[in-house]
Amino acid sequence: MTEEDKLLEEVTTADYKYGFVTDIDSDTIKNGLNEDVIRLISMKKNEPQWLLDWRLEAFGKFQKMTEPDWGNVHYKKPDLQSISYYSAPKPKKTLDSLDEVDPELLKTFEKLGISLDEQKMLTGVAVDIVVDSVSVATSFKEKLGELGIIFCSISEAIQEHPDLVRKYLGTVVPQTDNFYAALNSAVFTDGSFCYIPKGTRCPMELSTYFRINQAGTGQFERTLLIADEGSYVSYLEGCTAPSRDENQLHAAVVELIAMDDAEIKYSTVQNWYPGNKEGKGGVFNFVTKRGICHKSAKISWTQVETGSAVTWKYPSCILKGDNSVGEFFSVAVTNNYQQADTGTKMIHVGKNTKSTIISKGISAGNSNGSYRGLVKIMKGAENARNFSQCDSLLMGDTCGSHTFPYIEVKNKSARIEHEATTSKIGEDQLFYCNQRGIGTDAAIGLIVNGYCKDVLNQLPMEFAVEAQKLLAISLEGSVG
Amino acid sequence: MLKIQDLRVEIEGKEIIKGLNLEINKGEVHAIMGPNGAGKSTLSAVIAGREEYEVTGGTIEFDGKDIMDLAPEERAHAGVFLSFQYPVEIPGVSVTNFIKTALNESRKAKGLDPMPAKDLLKMMREKQQLLEMDKQFMSRSINEGFSGGEKKRNEIFQMAMLDPKLAILDETDSGLDIDALRIVANGVNKLKNQDNAVMIITHYQRLLDHIIPDFVHVLYDGKIVKSGDKSLALELEKRGYDWIKQEIEA
Repeated sequence: MTEEDKLLEEVTTADYKYGFVTDIDSDTIKNGLNEDVIRLISMKKNEPQWLLDWRLEAFGKFQKMTEPDWGNVHYKKPDLQSISYYSAPKPKKTLDSLDEVDPELLKTFEKLGISLDEQKMLTGVAVDIVVDSVSVATSFKEKLGELGIIFCSISEAIQEHPDLVRKYLGTVVPQTDNFYAALNSAVFTDGSFCYIPKGTRCPMELSTYFRINQAGTGQFERTLLIADEGSYVSYLEGCTAPSRDENQLHAAVVELIAMDDAEIKYSTVQNWYPGNKEGKGGVFNFVTKRGICHKSAKISWTQVETGSAVTWKYPSCILKGDNSVGEFFSVAVTNNYQQADTGTKMIHVGKNTKSTIISKGISAGNSNGSYRGLVKIMKGAENARNFSQCDSLLMGDTCGSHTFPYIEVKNKSARIEHEATTSKIGEDQLFYCNQRGIGTDAAIGLIVNGYCKDVLNQLPMEFAVEAQKLLAISLEGSVG
Repeated sequence: MLKIQDLRVEIEGKEIIKGLNLEINKGEVHAIMGPNGAGKSTLSAVIAGREEYEVTGGTIEFDGKDIMDLAPEERAHAGVFLSFQYPVEIPGVSVTNFIKTALNESRKAKGLDPMPAKDLLKMMREKQQLLEMDKQFMSRSINEGFSGGEKKRNEIFQMAMLDPKLAILDETDSGLDIDALRIVANGVNKLKNQDNAVMIITHYQRLLDHIIPDFVHVLYDGKIVKSGDKSLALELEKRGYDWIKQEIEA
């Protein structure tokens, strides 16, 4: 309850709240993209030969690919040669406790309201922080270790659990999947790795705070999450970034593997710098997220996307096993000159597979939001079912909202439902709130949060509060 | 408390209120009656600060202060409450969440901390009982799928929670069955005291059987053309408005 009140206070501040730069001593390699850079990354990270070969193979394929332009987004293509592909806070030594973390960095987290101590004590969330590509602190590791759960940076996993990484890396999102996935495969620097053993229920929400911090560094995260048979894990990913005038490229790849009877809940709050009110600057968010469900497994994607100048993102499920379930719950907000083309792909392969898609788009200012989704029922997918609901909320008359649903059905027993609505925040609703003493910005926060309730309800509690704040902050000043 | 002098209001170039005078003191109940199109709902919307209406002349003072330049939420903070004739739906926002937000925004404007959850719940329970509402009602999306009676009861519930100085009831009796009318009227009567005032906009006598007005005004063609005590309402009920029109034109 008090959180909601804080939210109302916060809607009175207008500029991008998390726009600051932390001054950390960084180890950055020269701009540019070529085989030598990839070798250097691999060497700096002390990687085994097979991984270097895999990176180089991906790079070879990448060079033959071209940047896709089918998205309903318009932007100046980033110059991939003007990016530095590796930037790490200079490690003093391996960190055993928070005391050893750079105080500047801790301040950054304080500003974000992510006090690690608080997180540890109050919420029981294990946080693996990724700042500019290198994990700085990993907490709760021992406790998880007792259950056989591995939760670490992918670099560490490459060193400590090379067999697991080698077995699963690139199996859900192959190197050649798309232009940016190929680039990521070649140059990824860090990210998270998680393995939940058979029959284990992960006792806490696993959480990673990604953050882009170094001026001019693209970030290429690689996340690999494996839930072995009958296990359960809820994973949270939250992002904020400092203000920049130049565009920053972010091309992450997330792969989820849910073995028989396993369940993965993957939640994201994305709040990267969206550019200023004139549409200058902001993060390019070109992400490939996909999970595979084996027999009776379930994957739920929940995302709240409020940031980035350009977003191009389709968290997807391959429902390979019989009776498997895929879910996608999304809130995507665009304001000012932001552009988002986001949605999901549900690929039904197994029998009796089910998928649910709930997408809530909110457009304001001069922005453009698109839902793009594919529901594909393969020949062998007997009795597959899908329900899709795509709602759009428009604020003002200079923004755009679009829906591109694709449906491919190769099995007659499939049942697919698609619902779509478009609405506008009405003067009547605002006046009603105003008359009760609720100012316009707070009223928008209230109305929008109500509209997104079905999705926000899917988020873990602490995350839901954060998400509500973000929605209100990112839309303030958009009416009147 | 409320002093309106020579008020003139236009919407899309058409004059609706044409030099209206009205004074309401604390402790009083005023009824505004009049035929369709006389400007009754316009008057309530203008007092509440709706921006679509253009005030072309006159003044509105509330508690001795000119409120013409205040935003609707500022007028609400000052103690003006409007019970809407057609309350709007806000999907996904529960009655509880809505009233909590409204209450705490008003408190914030007065420099007060948010009401502690325990006190809020206690207060909500009291007011629910006053309006004979059940608990489940509180978790429903505000006005979504509400019956006419539920909408109006919810309006008076909010009034009870916000404890305004001036409550304007815009055709609160429309769409109510006899039982709901009694509940709503009973609620208003219990909330009435020496320090607040009520302005009732209505077409009919029936609400005034339950909430007894101190003054009755007839609004006709944008002006108050006749004022009296409660007997005037009874006379209107009996004779309609034609005799008033004749009186004016004579």
